[in-house]
Amino acid sequence: MNRIIVCVKPVPDPKQWDKVSMDPETKTLKREGIPNIMNPLDKHALEAALALRESHGGEVVLLSMAPPFAKTTIREGLAMGADRAVLLSDRVFAGSDSLATSEILAAGCRWIGDFDIVLCGNLSIDGSTAQICSQLAEMLDLPNVMHVTGLEGSAGGNLVITQKIENGYVRLASGFPVVLSVRKELNKPRYISFAGILAAESKEITMLSNKDLCVNPEHVGLAGSPTKMAGLEVRKFERKKERLEGTVDDIVEKLVEKIYQCGVIEC
Amino acid sequence: MDFAFTEREEMLRKAVREFAEAEIPPKMEAMEETGEFPVDLLKPMAQVGITGIITPPEFGGVGMGYVARTIVLEELGRVCAAFPMALQVHHMACAALSDFGTDEQKKKYLPRLATGETMGVVAVTDPSGGSDLIGMKTAAELKGDKYILNGRKCFITNSHLANFWIVIAKTGEGAKGLSAFIIDKDTPGAKPGRKENKFGLRGANTGELVFDNCEVSKENLIGQEGQGLGVALKTISETGRTGMAATALGILQAVYEEAGKFASERILYGKPIGALQAIQFFMAEIYTQLDICRLLNYRANWMKDQNMRCDTETGMAKYYTCNAAVDAAKKAIEIHGSYGIMKEYAIQRLFRDAMVTVPAGGTAEVAKTGIGRAALAPFKKR
Repeated sequence: MNRIIVCVKPVPDPKQWDKVSMDPETKTLKREGIPNIMNPLDKHALEAALALRESHGGEVVLLSMAPPFAKTTIREGLAMGADRAVLLSDRVFAGSDSLATSEILAAGCRWIGDFDIVLCGNLSIDGSTAQICSQLAEMLDLPNVMHVTGLEGSAGGNLVITQKIENGYVRLASGFPVVLSVRKELNKPRYISFAGILAAESKEITMLSNKDLCVNPEHVGLAGSPTKMAGLEVRKFERKKERLEGTVDDIVEKLVEKIYQCGVIEC
Repeated sequence: MDFAFTEREEMLRKAVREFAEAEIPPKMEAMEETGEFPVDLLKPMAQVGITGIITPPEFGGVGMGYVARTIVLEELGRVCAAFPMALQVHHMACAALSDFGTDEQKKKYLPRLATGETMGVVAVTDPSGGSDLIGMKTAAELKGDKYILNGRKCFITNSHLANFWIVIAKTGEGAKGLSAFIIDKDTPGAKPGRKENKFGLRGANTGELVFDNCEVSKENLIGQEGQGLGVALKTISETGRTGMAATALGILQAVYEEAGKFASERILYGKPIGALQAIQFFMAEIYTQLDICRLLNYRANWMKDQNMRCDTETGMAKYYTCNAAVDAAKKAIEIHGSYGIMKEYAIQRLFRDAMVTVPAGGTAEVAKTGIGRAALAPFKKR
């Protein structure tokens, strides 16, 4: 294997979701002051890449489209074991929806070049559109498999992929290059080691702007995003409370009926 | 004067916190019930680098220094203080070997500690007393080219988890009458004895080591005969006290978080109790204590990393942080009201854990003896 690209995204720490708000004018999320983490599913994608490198060789390159603060998140990926990173950062990218982001990431993949696999998490926990992987594959004119729960190389040189579908699993064989997005069932990501932290300090993070990528300016940022955020609200779920009276047998009978009525168990 | 942590240190903190929050909570119920350390976490901790953090890389460690070690122990202690309690003694064994061992001893034993093959032990305390080192009774008599050890060590952390021990024993009289030995667990005449049943830091194994005509080769001396007091004091002062202090610092951070959460969620008189001045005063005291202890801890360890003499500073960090953790936990229990004394709430465990840190690793009074001397030294008349 020559090269695996792993798309990673910094997202607001879900433990501090209550501090995230929306800019009423641009309808984008205001994330200042909220610590970021690597999108959890991207960690699973990175772990898959590292495992493939351990068995088949090659290079693991992180790719991210984000403001410069993303370097901290990218360093964590390097500390996990990636070889180097490319950060696509430019003010004109701000406000990009999944389509614009996919076009920018596609340009980043072409800039890196000569890759066998592009790995992504199925979705990011902030936007949750789950559209990047398939749009990216389309722009790169490459085959795409989402919901990957199993991944291994075969003796014949293909990639053997297990994909979760609604009522089961499908086993696929793929050549290269291919774009894949992974589910958390795929693996358990390794923890960052202290040796990895030290090694990451000397690994390269290349920053590219749109001057380097030459993406059509009309296809990036808010102006290049057909999807417009309409609003953001926090849903509150009030617990329903009901007290059941009667003997133990009465209460059990009523409780069982309630469970069926709520659809928790089907008749 | 730059008080900020470096990017490396921030990443280290995040990495340990992620590991601790994922791996430790599922083990805690069993640890509280049985008092046993989850040894299945030794290898994962070694893979992350926790067991070898101060061990030089050529012996399988990471060699990141004492500020880094403090971050690691604090973060582990924030989740479950039994872990840094066990690890700080483990690191004492690493330090004793690194500082005083021969090249052969380092090659033979340090990788076993770094890789998590075994926990480390430094056995100093005799039943005759831990504060009075020179008065210890466990003795090693030289007969021919072997030492014969007899005696008992008590309150030894990791006593039953190690496949070798570093043991301080009496080989003579006075300050030059102690020596340090490496004793493999399967040495005839050496065995772990009873396990202790502590009311806090449950899961940090504490027990006895028993020596009955145990033959130890001269090659197993650490340093020279008679250097044992120096080995013990340096290891305790620079690695033991800082480790205990970091353990208490982690507890103090957890106390602050538990108290803050409860004060923000508990509603009385139609508003969170955190709006009441009495609670705010408690929280102010806890918050200030936390900051003081953080500064004491990281300053002492920074000095150690700079190879500066720091026995006074480590003593201050140890005695002050452990007592502050108890004080803060007591205040946090009062913030919780009667919930604070219920076992379902974490704050009672934090209080018990904090109490155990006070005598462990050296009493406050022994530390104050040294600090008092340092405090008075500038005023001493010739």
